[in-house]
Amino acid sequence: MEIFFWPVMDLLVWGFVTVYFQSVAAPRAVLFLLGAVIFWDVFYRSQQAITLSLTEEIWVRNLLNVFIAPVRVGEVVLATCLLGVIRAVLSAAVLGVLAYVFYAFDLLLLGPALLPYFASLILFGWAVGMVTMAVILRFGHAAEALIWGTPFLLQPISAVFYPLAVLPPWLRSIARLLPSTHIFEGMRATLETGRPALAPLVPALGLNVVYLALAGGFFGWMMKRVREKGYLGRLAME
Amino acid sequence: MNREPEAEPVIAVERLTKRFGDVTAVDDLSFFARRGEILGLLGPNGAGKTTTIQLLLGLTRPTSGRIEILGMDLLRHRREILQRVNFSSAYISLPFNLSVRENLDVFGRLYGVADRRRRISQLLELFEIPEVVDTVTGKLSSGQVTRVNLCKAFLNDPEVLFLDEPTASLDPDIAEKVRNALKRVQRERGVTMIYTSHNMREIELVCDRVIFLSHGRVVAEGTPREILERADSESLEKVFITIARGGRIED
Repeated sequence: MEIFFWPVMDLLVWGFVTVYFQSVAAPRAVLFLLGAVIFWDVFYRSQQAITLSLTEEIWVRNLLNVFIAPVRVGEVVLATCLLGVIRAVLSAAVLGVLAYVFYAFDLLLLGPALLPYFASLILFGWAVGMVTMAVILRFGHAAEALIWGTPFLLQPISAVFYPLAVLPPWLRSIARLLPSTHIFEGMRATLETGRPALAPLVPALGLNVVYLALAGGFFGWMMKRVREKGYLGRLAME
Repeated sequence: MNREPEAEPVIAVERLTKRFGDVTAVDDLSFFARRGEILGLLGPNGAGKTTTIQLLLGLTRPTSGRIEILGMDLLRHRREILQRVNFSSAYISLPFNLSVRENLDVFGRLYGVADRRRRISQLLELFEIPEVVDTVTGKLSSGQVTRVNLCKAFLNDPEVLFLDEPTASLDPDIAEKVRNALKRVQRERGVTMIYTSHNMREIELVCDRVIFLSHGRVVAEGTPREILERADSESLEKVFITIARGGRIED
């Protein structure tokens, strides 16, 4: 039930914030903030599925059993990626229904942009998850705070709850390097105009391809390193 | 299927070395294990036993040397080897929130075990815990968890088994039953086992041959009886203490 609890709490809090904004003549805030909460959760779930799945194996002392089973590391990572998709879709569905019931927010207003936006956020979550997990495998328990911390490091510059224009110019340049920024901007544009803004998907996809390749390479390199240095065995048998 | 004894070793370790920076954990180690043999891997803390097992499982890469398991080079054929080996330790566990059946089913699927339900029932009967099959793993006693870990280790009917203190958390009665089950599997299935334990009496009862490690090197090797004769000692425990304190038992 944990996959529903936190996002539902977020939705309730932000939902009531938007109700307040609406009452003080900021009606668009309802759409943008609720959409942002749901979209952010998609990215968060996707990243967490990779980092939390493998870290849980460390916590319950099952990691060694996984790594001596006749499965490739890539297969394990792929399984956690697919788990992320399932969790993100389930969570988004529940949040979408609750947002409609409580705040009359219809996620389907995003139209044909909805699924590509979700897919982009999931892909970026995978990339961030793989990098985070690689660092955890190398540094062990000391790095576990990254599971929850990494997404929130990216949140301020992903233009999640406010438009990109709010950021100072120098930070906007950095923000544009994140696929998530383009998706959240595209979400706001779609909700504002009522027409699907598909253009942001192009830079998002391009950046995702690059980041996934880099993340996969980094993960593979780190796995080789942790095997050579004995960190995997130590982590698995602590 | 009974596996006939073979002359060729099932595990062949040749000049294995593993260095972590300035520390040499395993130092030019060579040994072998035959099919159907239970080989004790002994030594004080820091002797290199855990590192050796990690190397044999491919969790850690050697600095130099060669490992062959079931006639295959471990570095090049790790996945094929892992299909036919398994591991159990007192220091690892299974996900607490799944039932015993669910946990064993997951690993049964990973190992491609056919008729998992029947296999799981057989193993739980072998280790005398059929009643826990639908119990959540987190609610089991430590002795039951140890035996469930052993069930997981036998799921794929392994030809080689690495057992790291398999009876550590068991009372003497259950420990004896587990040892008898392991010996039975050894006889009937010809499984080769690498066995570590700090219980020297258990080693004398279970192991066909033992290797004592100290500072990453073999310092004694032979059957328990041979080692006791060579050391002119009454017990392996005394031999262990001698080695742990830097003494030698061979010229």
